Amino acid sequence: MNRLARLTPYLYVLPLIALLLFVFGYPLVRIFEFSFKMVRGIDGPWIGLRNYQLVLGQDLFWQSVLHNLQLLIAIPVMVLISLLVSILLYERVAGWKLYRIIVFVPFVLAIPIIAVVMKRMFQFSGPVNEMLRWMSLDFMALDWIGSSDVALWTVMILIIWRESALGIILFLARLLSLDEALIEAAKLEGANWWQRARYIILPQMRGIIEFYVVISTITLLSAVFAYVFVIGGGRGGPGTSTVVVEFYIFNALIRGSLPGIASAASVLLFLVSVALIFPLFRARRRAAQDEVA
Amino acid sequence: MRLANLPKHAVLLFASFLALVPTAFMIMTAMKTEEEYAVDKIGLPGALVFDNFRAVLVDSPFLWWMLNSLILVTGAVLLSTVVSCLAAYAIARMEFRGRNLLLAISTSLMAVPPIVMIVPLFVLYSRIGMISTYQGAILIYAGLITPFSVYLLTTFFRTVPNDLFESARMDGANDFIILLKIVLPLSAPALVTLLVVNSLYVWNDLLIAIIFLQDDAKRTLMAGISVFQGRYNNQVPLTMAGMVIASAPMLILYIIFQKYFIRGLMAGAIK
Repeated sequence: MNRLARLTPYLYVLPLIALLLFVFGYPLVRIFEFSFKMVRGIDGPWIGLRNYQLVLGQDLFWQSVLHNLQLLIAIPVMVLISLLVSILLYERVAGWKLYRIIVFVPFVLAIPIIAVVMKRMFQFSGPVNEMLRWMSLDFMALDWIGSSDVALWTVMILIIWRESALGIILFLARLLSLDEALIEAAKLEGANWWQRARYIILPQMRGIIEFYVVISTITLLSAVFAYVFVIGGGRGGPGTSTVVVEFYIFNALIRGSLPGIASAASVLLFLVSVALIFPLFRARRRAAQDEVA
Repeated sequence: MRLANLPKHAVLLFASFLALVPTAFMIMTAMKTEEEYAVDKIGLPGALVFDNFRAVLVDSPFLWWMLNSLILVTGAVLLSTVVSCLAAYAIARMEFRGRNLLLAISTSLMAVPPIVMIVPLFVLYSRIGMISTYQGAILIYAGLITPFSVYLLTTFFRTVPNDLFESARMDGANDFIILLKIVLPLSAPALVTLLVVNSLYVWNDLLIAIIFLQDDAKRTLMAGISVFQGRYNNQVPLTMAGMVIASAPMLILYIIFQKYFIRGLMAGAIK
């Protein structure tokens, strides 16, 4: 092989390396550097751990962490909804294909759009509360958007509503790859719906459920900006009740012009995402194995 | 419909109802007048009024925002696809040192949240005047969607039978010709999936758009509506008319190409 031929592969991957270095490599090195500096403009003096002390000593940061963690409560609900609907769809009741198209609509709509719509629906004088009062459920007619005790739960309802659609489709794809002979056999043996779901179908779905839980965890910890930006009126409001870590970083960078603080928080979030990479890869491998098996 | 299936249908109908309620509310409210909405928030609109749509289109640059989003989608998806095809071909089909390492690193980057990359890029862009430029945002978007594209294409390119390569090489075709004439046509399904996933990612993104495109003339649709909705806080029908316009392109595309959408979005989530 001559020298030119040896070099060819590198020519093919060069654009990729350049792009990744710019969009990932440069920032990932810089957030660590910035997090130890007092950055004004593009650079600044080294200040050791001061940024971290400031971030970790700030109530708002811990509040935002807690808010992200609270959002994780949505995951079991999402799994249950997705399981129920996907198993029902799998049984191919009449019109199941139409149902499948409909239940996926939430995932097609962009988050900002749906957040704007939901925000109006959940207004204190909005249709949701009007409906609840009409059903004599006045005690449930809360100030969904305007009360700092409730707003994050409203965000969670919105997240469950949208992300469950993904779960349904993922689970259904896995179900459609199952060996039907087993289920038919169970039917012939007289196993009822619950028994079939519990003892035949569920054990074979462990891989995909685990996978869905992991990607949802990553989403809820690090990718809910669009949800809270609209519901919280661009301020994480009311008060600070819907501030999440992403929003904390956004605020420190854009409103506070404090890149050092924002970088320290970014580093912490990055470390969490690194810790989640391993469960993600394991879950993906298992889910992939199931598909083949 | 068998009687035994009745409870199943009840559950599925309820789920469908929940899935469609916001869209239905949005469309119905968009056709009400302010007065009508004040009295009746749930019912059907009395007469179909399209004034709200006209008001929105006259007052707010929705079409301009859409055009901005379209420019970003086109640029980022095009750039990312070219870069990914070249790299994935080399990774899947050529022997070179660092091949597996490159794929492993690229794949790992899929799990890094975009917000982590924002701070240094924002500082850099502010410094070199790249804030509120199409090319600046396109570069970031292209970077963010590329690791998944490389992952998907590499997996797909590996499934192309070896014989095809051998015979093409016998005929004297070089790698670039093989990629262009043999591999890419065979990879149409994967490319369509990528097109859907990546276009939706860029079209729907709010984070990058809010931070890197602050100039009013460069606002994307998603950033535009986030600003728009705050300004017309109390005019719900007007706001909903805006949301109908904003969601129309995706809803229409979904209805026409739902198979590709479902497949594409599922693949995108698996990353």
